[in-house]
Amino acid sequence: MDLINLGVRSIFVDNMIFAYFLGMCSFLAISKKVTTAFGLGMAVVFVLGVTVPLNWLIQEYVLNPGALAWLGSDFASMDLGFLQFIVFISVIAAVVQLTEMAVEKFSPALYGSLGIFLPLIAVNCAILGGALFMVGKNPPFNFAQSVVYGVGSGIGWMLAIVALAGVREKMKYSNVPAPLRGLGITFILVGLMSLGFLSFLGFSL
Amino acid sequence: MSTAVAEVAEVKKSEPLFSKKNKKLITNPLDIDNPVTVQVLGICSALAVTTQMKPALVMAIALTVVTASSNFIISIMRNSIPGRIRIIVQLAVVSLWVILVDQLLKAYVYDVWKQLSVFIGLIITNCIVMGRLEAYAMGNKPGPSLLDGLGNGFGYGLILLIVAFFRELLGGGSIFGFKVFEAMNISYQGNGLMLLPAGACVIVGVVIWVQRSLNGYRETH
Repeated sequence: MDLINLGVRSIFVDNMIFAYFLGMCSFLAISKKVTTAFGLGMAVVFVLGVTVPLNWLIQEYVLNPGALAWLGSDFASMDLGFLQFIVFISVIAAVVQLTEMAVEKFSPALYGSLGIFLPLIAVNCAILGGALFMVGKNPPFNFAQSVVYGVGSGIGWMLAIVALAGVREKMKYSNVPAPLRGLGITFILVGLMSLGFLSFLGFSL
Repeated sequence: MSTAVAEVAEVKKSEPLFSKKNKKLITNPLDIDNPVTVQVLGICSALAVTTQMKPALVMAIALTVVTASSNFIISIMRNSIPGRIRIIVQLAVVSLWVILVDQLLKAYVYDVWKQLSVFIGLIITNCIVMGRLEAYAMGNKPGPSLLDGLGNGFGYGLILLIVAFFRELLGGGSIFGFKVFEAMNISYQGNGLMLLPAGACVIVGVVIWVQRSLNGYRETH
């Protein structure tokens, strides 16, 4: 029950886009067509679902103060917390690169539709943001919670980008003032959508 | 931060710093080539840290330092980075600078650091940094790359401060924590919408609208 609640919260209430503005760059750049938006969304769900639990393990067994105690009593007083950023981003970049190679080898069709987005994802701030938020949670997450949180945040992000792409496809037919066209009206749209998502505030099962 | 200053001095020796072409590198990103409103980079933090002026200013300085210095370093190494793993190399250099900035802010402006929370760390994946590395530093000499980084940092900071100005003024009735309306004896309730994500998006949208009607930049749709 607790996990379902966390999942629903991370999709709707703590939505990566509408509550924290994470991953806005690709969100705005790749949301012109629903099909490509969906492809990128799926890739984000997958990468978040893998990297958040992986980073949880690293934080728990390597980076936390005293986490290296399993190596022997000499390491019990070590605190590698300051290495957090560089370790997390390396893990993310490595996972993305590995996924890209694996997909290219085993499923060329999927690579054709997803492949171009994969390198982009390494620098999507939603991924690193997810890992950093996961660490900052109080009380700390356990492993199962980190899996649910990663996948849930990814689905929330996908939902947002597909919805925006749908609206933007319709925008082509409307008469927007010339200086507002493109980026300007998109921002105002995102603002209104985020206002809509506010209605989920305080929502729990 | 003193290293960045030292680097500027170094550039001065080797070439005229403010030649016409180099001056453009600084002034273009302020308006017609602005990283936020034209290149659509670095939006996440531009929206998230702008509820007040002070964190916005600190964030702008932090990003300028990181962009300029990693542009400089990557530009020095550009000929020896293998193409396939260049993103990982770039990320490593950028996160090195971000760790430095993070530790400095934690030591000297702890309250702002607390407020910015994960967004300092997220400078690593800020698209401005990566975008400028890919688009400029990988193909240009260290000196111009440094200026390009500085210019884009300033352009980003400019938008950040404009957005933060309106959000803090309309949302909390203050500027840099100074209560403007109280000082003028006007009672002002504060518009909570401005502090929410929704308000930020609408303000950026309007800023883009105003900027584009002034400079004539258009998108087809």
